[in-house]
Amino acid sequence: MSPTKDRFISSILFAIASFSITALFVIGLFIFIEGFPIILRIGIGKFILSTDWSPLEGRFGILSMIVGSLCVAVGTLIVAVPLGVGCAIYLSEFASKRTVAIIKPAIELLFAIPSVVYGFVGVLFIVPFVRTHLGGQGHGFCILTASVVLGIMVLPVIVGMSIDALQAVPKVYRDGSLALGATKWQTTTMVTLRAARSGILAGVILGMANAIGETMAVIMVIGNAVVMPNSPLDSVRTLTSNIALEMGYATGEHRQALFATGVVLFVIIMILNAMTRYVTRKRIA
Amino acid sequence: MRSKMKTVILAIAFLSVALCLDSGCGKRQDRHARIRISGSTSVFPFVEMLAEAYEKLRPDIQVDVQAGGSTVGIISARDELCDIGTSSRQLHEEEKNGLKITEIARDGIAIIVHPSNHVDSLSTEQIRDIYSHRITSWKEIGGDDASIAFVTREEGSGTRGAFCSIIMKGVKIATRGLVQDSNGSVREVVVTSPYAIGYISLALVNEKVKTIAVDGVSPTHENLVNGKYGVVRPFLFVVKGEPEGQVKSFIDFVLGEEGQKVLTKEGLLSPLNK
Repeated sequence: MSPTKDRFISSILFAIASFSITALFVIGLFIFIEGFPIILRIGIGKFILSTDWSPLEGRFGILSMIVGSLCVAVGTLIVAVPLGVGCAIYLSEFASKRTVAIIKPAIELLFAIPSVVYGFVGVLFIVPFVRTHLGGQGHGFCILTASVVLGIMVLPVIVGMSIDALQAVPKVYRDGSLALGATKWQTTTMVTLRAARSGILAGVILGMANAIGETMAVIMVIGNAVVMPNSPLDSVRTLTSNIALEMGYATGEHRQALFATGVVLFVIIMILNAMTRYVTRKRIA
Repeated sequence: MRSKMKTVILAIAFLSVALCLDSGCGKRQDRHARIRISGSTSVFPFVEMLAEAYEKLRPDIQVDVQAGGSTVGIISARDELCDIGTSSRQLHEEEKNGLKITEIARDGIAIIVHPSNHVDSLSTEQIRDIYSHRITSWKEIGGDDASIAFVTREEGSGTRGAFCSIIMKGVKIATRGLVQDSNGSVREVVVTSPYAIGYISLALVNEKVKTIAVDGVSPTHENLVNGKYGVVRPFLFVVKGEPEGQVKSFIDFVLGEEGQKVLTKEGLLSPLNK
């Protein structure tokens, strides 16, 4: 291929790449322009630290939703990390090639299921199960239900990134450990897992970011009550569900306040993504 | 040199994006005359039926219907993004500016519970106390010894607005209520939860839920027509300025005999002043 043609193709690809950056920039700018004025007018402290959300009376406090989002994210990790990392360890260290060929695509397939389907399954099976066996203020529409649904949803992310991290550990590490007389399990926990630590952590943080950003499935199973949760069986509202629920009917300040909710969400997701990058970069260095 | 080239390409990328967007919006088919309608999700299914009936009558006119919420409908009518905006709640004073409002029908709001619930009738005060979380157990109002899950709509919803003004009368709906974002999902929660209570558009009640009589009056068609059942809200058309041309003839069709027949067949009521 001639150098001119090469350069031409690389320029086209550059243009395509700049398009996605432009999109990110425009979206970010738009959310901030729409949402930031009202945050400044109410005061950042009052907006973030008040639990009183009465948009039609002009009171906008989103603390209960920030707490709601974080509770759901933590709950999701409690469900997904043991399952996801355990699955990754099995697939990477113990399973035969044939088992991997069946299980890995199946887990990746979870990613292709639309979130509304997860929500629907949650409403039909998990909500009634939690209500009849555990009860609680949310009548089954609660943090626990959302955590289980989201925990299954983010499994592919955590499994995928953990397997990549485990398989990036050089074979000589394992061989060395086994040669010193360690068992396979000892090698896995004491050598391989430690070496893959940062990659697995990155997967976990990314999974958490996915959980905080997920909207449709959460709206369907969490009940969306604007309260500070006292137990995992309480209904809460997350930042995402607040935006999606009320956007259709909101005007004026109410609408701006929803964009401001988006600003807070944007910042949280950015922090989590930055953490993922930081953690992975340390591994390479 | 390289950076210059990058700048040029970046500019081209921007331009082409802008062009794509522009041509997408600017293209209009002019084979049919169009009426664009947008607004309330509650009004949407009925307007679709009206549109279908109207297009049969006038094949030269195409009616496009979109659902985005009452507020969206009012704003798009104001900004002339559509010809007719629809709303399932009364407009606030500051929204009325320059808009012509036509009531096309009235819709009952039904209070619904799970079919296995023993409670058949509640007073307005009892419903208000449930939604403000002063009554917390079905036992207090003649039902099982189980806590009440009350389901409400999101802030800004037309159905919620109507429920608040008719039932709550200034008392706030407690924040611990479950919130759903459409009539259908409120119904779904009540269908799946034996101790839930909710309120939805009467036209959307089905056999999987039980309606509650309010102050002893059940929401039958008869009680709605004779005005005994009081939980009723308007369905509105909103137009910027005086309606004229195709828009006026569509509104006339909706208010006329044929249009009203379509609406009443689906369980709605004719407007009061007609």
